[in-house]
Amino acid sequence: MTKIAKPEIPAKAKTSLPKTKPASDRWELRLYIAGNTPKSNAAIINLKKYCEEHLKGKYSIEVIDLLQQPQLAAGDQIFAIPTLVRKVPVPIRKIIGDLSNETKVLVGLDLKALK
Amino acid sequence: MQLEYGYICLFSVLVMASRKKTENKLPKSPTGITGLDEITGGGFPTGRPTLICGAAGAGKTLFSIEFIVRGALEYNEPGVILTFEENTEDLEKNVASLGFDLKKLQKDKLINIDYVRIERSEIEETGEYDLDGLFIRLGYAIDSIGAKRVMLDTIENLFSGLQNQGILRAELRRLFSWLKDKGVTAVITGEKGDGSLTRHGLEEYISDCVIMLDHRVVNQISTRRLRVIKYRGSLHGTNEYPFLIDEDGISVLPVTSLQLNNEVSSQRVPSGVPGLDQMLGGKGFFRGSSILVSGTAGTGKTSIAATFADAACKRKERCLFFAFEESPQQIIRNMKSIGLNLQQHVDNGLLQFHASRPTLHGLEMHLVSIHKKIKQLKPKVVILDPITNLVTIGQMSDVKSILIRLIDFLQTEQITVLFTALNLNGVSSEQTDEGVSSLVDAWISVRDLESNGERNRGLYIMKSRGMKHSNQVREFIITGNGLNLVDVFVGAEGSLLTGSAREAEQLNEVTGQELRTHALSRKDREIDRKRKVLEAQITSLREEFDSVQDELNKTYMEEELRKKIMEKNRKTLSQKRSNDKNS
Repeated sequence: MTKIAKPEIPAKAKTSLPKTKPASDRWELRLYIAGNTPKSNAAIINLKKYCEEHLKGKYSIEVIDLLQQPQLAAGDQIFAIPTLVRKVPVPIRKIIGDLSNETKVLVGLDLKALK
Repeated sequence: MQLEYGYICLFSVLVMASRKKTENKLPKSPTGITGLDEITGGGFPTGRPTLICGAAGAGKTLFSIEFIVRGALEYNEPGVILTFEENTEDLEKNVASLGFDLKKLQKDKLINIDYVRIERSEIEETGEYDLDGLFIRLGYAIDSIGAKRVMLDTIENLFSGLQNQGILRAELRRLFSWLKDKGVTAVITGEKGDGSLTRHGLEEYISDCVIMLDHRVVNQISTRRLRVIKYRGSLHGTNEYPFLIDEDGISVLPVTSLQLNNEVSSQRVPSGVPGLDQMLGGKGFFRGSSILVSGTAGTGKTSIAATFADAACKRKERCLFFAFEESPQQIIRNMKSIGLNLQQHVDNGLLQFHASRPTLHGLEMHLVSIHKKIKQLKPKVVILDPITNLVTIGQMSDVKSILIRLIDFLQTEQITVLFTALNLNGVSSEQTDEGVSSLVDAWISVRDLESNGERNRGLYIMKSRGMKHSNQVREFIITGNGLNLVDVFVGAEGSLLTGSAREAEQLNEVTGQELRTHALSRKDREIDRKRKVLEAQITSLREEFDSVQDELNKTYMEEELRKKIMEKNRKTLSQKRSNDKNS
């Protein structure tokens, strides 16, 4: 389930980043799901789409299925499914839901300004 | 499957064995909280959620934690604490004051604490979601220790953390039915809302058992109360019951037992005052009865109480002395002056003092703490000195209802109780007596008898159920060797004489006695003299009689003699005559 995109160094993109963009240019995202449900699938698809669009080449997504690893739920304070956690850059942000609203996801991830 | 069925059978057999008549009734999980199991008839419904609601500071969290901890420690039912408010460390610290060691319990795998932190600012919602994460965490926590009990504190925090109320409500409904399916006994806390039991209407979802905690301040004194609002499928006490949170956790006080079927004893307990026992048919009070000693200030009520306590301790019975006016040291010192050494009883553990200001807490709380102390020490004799001080923190009617409950409780435990009550010289005093007097079995009144410029104490028995008792007013004296009653002393005008008047009268009587004895002996002597005179007269008369008799005898003898001589002469004469004839 884990998918890691190839890291790239887009120097030009970096200069164009506004001040809201955190210092790090690596994005570690973690998506918590519970089994193969329509909501989970929708979330995975949506997330990949946004990442490809806005963070191409500098993100990594880790998908955790809590049905298989329930002990991981407490660590990231997960209570809703699906939950997207932005581990890096800090501060940690969380987005819950199937990520169907692109604007909200981008605001939640602090990516809005990139658009 | 077979095996599982077997376990279920075994379990139900055990349950049936432990609860006598409840085969068809709702299974219940005992809370282990003192008093609560009595009110709920055995505890919370097993395998169902129970809602505990109340305002901030009502004790919801402590209440639920005690349920979990007691379950883990006493009933071998491990528990999960899912907290939304405090983190694990805070929680551990907070309940340490109740003597609960959550750290150790977690290490022993008896309790699992999971802190769910919901930070509104960190969370963005978009699209459909569910609370499966919570379910999974809870399920994982439950399975990891085999928990039977779950506590959710306070799940309402979800409402402030999540925007989509529709999803939330649907998920909560699902959560509670999921908990039921899991077969865990859950306790859910909820903050009280305006006009509803909980702010977010949790009572819609949890309808099996709802318990309301309340924290009320009346006359600047706060009392915690608890009420079982609803308990589906079970009988329960419906009153508001006061409860106490102290170093041993929570104790709830069942207000009254409903029936009046206490066992009674015909055994008697001496009062410690010999004269008083005499007035009470010679033997004293009944064991397990309630005794009221009332009187105005300074009439020796506490002394009577202390003497009674002393007598109990001398019989090797435990005694509990609740003092609302004086400190134990003060009482011990003061009682030394009447020859009672209470310190020795304190030292050998027979006598315990519990002194508290009435205003320390509300009436209900006093009752709860009295209950607790009694349950701990299991005394035979309890003394409350004085009950009238309790009036300062409550209405007369409240005090009365408290005393009813206390007497009720003490009677079921067969404990003899002695109350003292202060009468003021006013209207309210009458009420105190009336209010309480109908409850008590024996009522002794001590009062001032003021006359001849001095103040003395008079004691009489207003009532004493079930025994012959004296109807007389006795003078009650306090000496360096203890208390005693002096015999009734009625003066010439029929009035009771006390104090120096009595002593004067006693002296009078002694004098009179002396005088009478003197008079008597004088009379005796006179009689003696008269007798002697008469006897002398009798002697002289007898002498006279003798001489008369002699005189009479003399004439009689002379006559006799003359007769003989005459006879002789005649014979001689006739002989002579016949001789002449023959010759």
